[in-house]
Amino acid sequence: MPTSCRLGLAGSRVVIRASDQRNNSQANIRKGMGRYAFKRIIQGIITVWFIATATFFGMHEVPGDPLSGEKALTEKIRENLEIKYGLNQPVIVQYGIFLKNLAKADLGISFTQENRRVNDIIAEHFPVSATLGILAIIFAGLGGILWGALTALYRNRLPDTIIMFLVILGISVPSFVVAALGQLSLVNMNDWTGISILPVGGWGTVWHMIVPSMVLGLSTMAYLTRLMRSSMLEIVNSDFVRTAKSKGVPASQIFTRHQLRNAVLPVITVLGPSIAAITTGGFVVEIIFAIPGLGRYFVQAVQQLDYTVIMGTTVFYGAFLVFMVILVDLVYSLIDPRVRLE
Amino acid sequence: MAESPLTDSEEGFAKSAGKQLLIFAVVALFGITLLMMVLQSLASLVGSSTESAQAINHSNSSITIAIREEPPQLNTTVATDVSSGMIIGHVMEGLLRMGDNDQLEPAVAHTWKVTDTHAHFWLRENAKWSDGKPITAHDFIFGWQTALSPEVASEYAFLLFHIKNGRAINEGKLPPSALAVRAPNDFELIVELERPVAFFDKMVTFPTYMPVAEEFFKATAGKFGSDSWELLYSGPYVISHWVHGSSLLLEKNPHYWDKDRIRLEKINIAYITSDATATLNFFKDGKIAYTSLLAENLDSALEERWHIKQHQDGAVFFLEFNHRDTHITRNYNLRRAMQLVLNMEELVYKVTKMPGYSPGESLFPKFLMGVHDNFRKEYPAPKLTLDRDQARKHLQRAKLELQLEEIPPIMMLTGDNPISNIQSEWVQASLKRHLGLDVKIDKQIFKQRLAKMTAGEFDLVLAGWGPDYDDPLTFGDLFASWNLNNRGRYASPVMDDLIDQVQNSVDPVMRMAIFNKIQRLIFDDVVILPMYERGVTYVVNPDLKGMKRRVIGPDVDFTNAYIVQTGAGR
Repeated sequence: MPTSCRLGLAGSRVVIRASDQRNNSQANIRKGMGRYAFKRIIQGIITVWFIATATFFGMHEVPGDPLSGEKALTEKIRENLEIKYGLNQPVIVQYGIFLKNLAKADLGISFTQENRRVNDIIAEHFPVSATLGILAIIFAGLGGILWGALTALYRNRLPDTIIMFLVILGISVPSFVVAALGQLSLVNMNDWTGISILPVGGWGTVWHMIVPSMVLGLSTMAYLTRLMRSSMLEIVNSDFVRTAKSKGVPASQIFTRHQLRNAVLPVITVLGPSIAAITTGGFVVEIIFAIPGLGRYFVQAVQQLDYTVIMGTTVFYGAFLVFMVILVDLVYSLIDPRVRLE
Repeated sequence: MAESPLTDSEEGFAKSAGKQLLIFAVVALFGITLLMMVLQSLASLVGSSTESAQAINHSNSSITIAIREEPPQLNTTVATDVSSGMIIGHVMEGLLRMGDNDQLEPAVAHTWKVTDTHAHFWLRENAKWSDGKPITAHDFIFGWQTALSPEVASEYAFLLFHIKNGRAINEGKLPPSALAVRAPNDFELIVELERPVAFFDKMVTFPTYMPVAEEFFKATAGKFGSDSWELLYSGPYVISHWVHGSSLLLEKNPHYWDKDRIRLEKINIAYITSDATATLNFFKDGKIAYTSLLAENLDSALEERWHIKQHQDGAVFFLEFNHRDTHITRNYNLRRAMQLVLNMEELVYKVTKMPGYSPGESLFPKFLMGVHDNFRKEYPAPKLTLDRDQARKHLQRAKLELQLEEIPPIMMLTGDNPISNIQSEWVQASLKRHLGLDVKIDKQIFKQRLAKMTAGEFDLVLAGWGPDYDDPLTFGDLFASWNLNNRGRYASPVMDDLIDQVQNSVDPVMRMAIFNKIQRLIFDDVVILPMYERGVTYVVNPDLKGMKRRVIGPDVDFTNAYIVQTGAGR
């Protein structure tokens, strides 16, 4: 009788069967995966629609006037601006127009960056945020696995203590402090050596990316280190490792095939949401290092009540997050054959 | 080793595993390096060219700077904000311009004449757009008509109301073609004025008054000014490269009529960030030629022994009372009582302690010009003598008049930034200490604060006003009953009459005397309580000279800047 457990993965139903089901043919698995992916994508679309609707009405409930500026507007100008942005219609009609345009992937024109389409803003700035985010997640993922494995290996010895201390630091110090410190140490480094080792800010070359992406990935790396450590320790004492040892499997194989591979699963689970969090959460890092990412448009739009940009970035990021979660679930089944998707 | 938790075989296991981790690390490092190389090639598509940029490049006469925010747009007919104004000031030029000594200089127009009814401009024939075509009088007419068109909904259209029919066009009562501007030929422009405007020649230096080439404008199909190629330039520089949110590169305009005057070949705006500490770091690292300083990084600037400069940006901040009938602040004696106890010198010098700020004395800031000298030198602000006893008497009278035993808590609306916090807490503490008044602070973010100000949901509000044009009237008409920016709804026939007089006069002596009466009235009737005039502090690379800070017009202005070799480095 198969014992199964559910992992609460944003609505996904991942079932781990302890008993091996080798008799399932490859084709069956692929078919199941295709159906599963389709189901999840439909769910995802509904989720995004829900996010869009909630944001749309929430945004219109926020007190304040998106058109107001330092100087008062005359009745006539305000009327014309309302017509330009479609604000003269009832909110429900605006919502209908928004949905219709969204279906055509047209996110409208920004209120503050006049004459600029929100689609262009996302297309221009998301690649920057994504590049930064991907690098950060790679730093975080590889670093987390490496440090986590190391600490588990040297449990309760000096390397473990040192790394775990740094991990606590990495988790608890907020990114704006790390970013500012990182930048300041760059300035001092360049100052002492008299040459420009790494740029202090800006964007354009690989050298601009190194420090910001490390800063951005730091807290995730710290978190993953802890996760990796505990999952490694769990596996070291598991039955199959003991069996392998008693069978006389060489140490190198036990470590990579049995321990690392199994321990890395929980890390991959959180990687999906982490990717979304990192690519969207770079606001502070983007401001401090003067990086033209989407994060700052996302935050500034809310402060300035730039309706179209708020909607555009929220829907885009929402869709991105949902997509990443689905993707991770699919990857999960590839890494661990015991996981079947239903 | 006896106490080691590991047995021999485990030790061996750990060693082997450690080795594997090392290999893993090396492979990972190699992988990351490889990935970064790929990213490098991808990123070059969207990046800024900051790699080799230095604050000052002596060999090709260029500088690198940072700006606080992306210019929202460079469409001159609708631009209103400071960051757009700064860029526009470098790439556009109108009929006239402001020189380094804040005097008018000829620009596209070489000669001009302003009378009570007309303004007449003669354009130079060698003034050209960046595509080499001549700038004609028709370009000005088209630009002005566009800015006034109701569907364009320009917030600064009111600056063009001095031209006859301007207001009617903006209100949709007349077609744009009815604007009373004529071009007898390509290089002559005759403007009919709605009424005498003493400062019309100063107005034409403004972005809203810039020329727009009709053909080009129409070809951009609604994207005018949103990208470097969606603009035609009439000024000293062209934008050769604009990566949104990242960088702008200004290069000398080869078609500019006065190009021999321009000494900086390139202005590289390599960084866009609102973080003052970050820009200070860029400056320290020799990456940018100048940076503003805030209170929190002033100390580190002092430590570096930089030469710190100051400038006042012309903005005046004040406590605005709500004069609507439903609010207790409509009572003169209550307002007077507050005026007599709030010591603005204490606020500026002991509480906020921001460099470059000066205590507020008048609605009219110090930079405004009077007849021959600064207005405030010719007509000093009324002297306020703080008097707590007198204040308490006024408070008693206020209670009698309002028929209140106790004054209810006063609602004070304020912004949510650190400076506003300190200031509002100071007002709260001072009124409590001296008068026993309770103040409730209502902290709101920018848009919400504006909404509440417009709706009149406050007793007191921390407000500010910056100049739109170079004449005391830009402050003087603020408390007219018809002015929508008069958010406290102060209404006084005397004030309206004074403003009406000053608007219909071109005699400088008479106008300044009236402005003084307005200044006096604001003090005597306690319309507002001026708090401070804002200052900015900044540092400039010693090799960069001729950088101009302005109250009105592009700030900072590099059009007359040049590079010297002092050897002082940064």
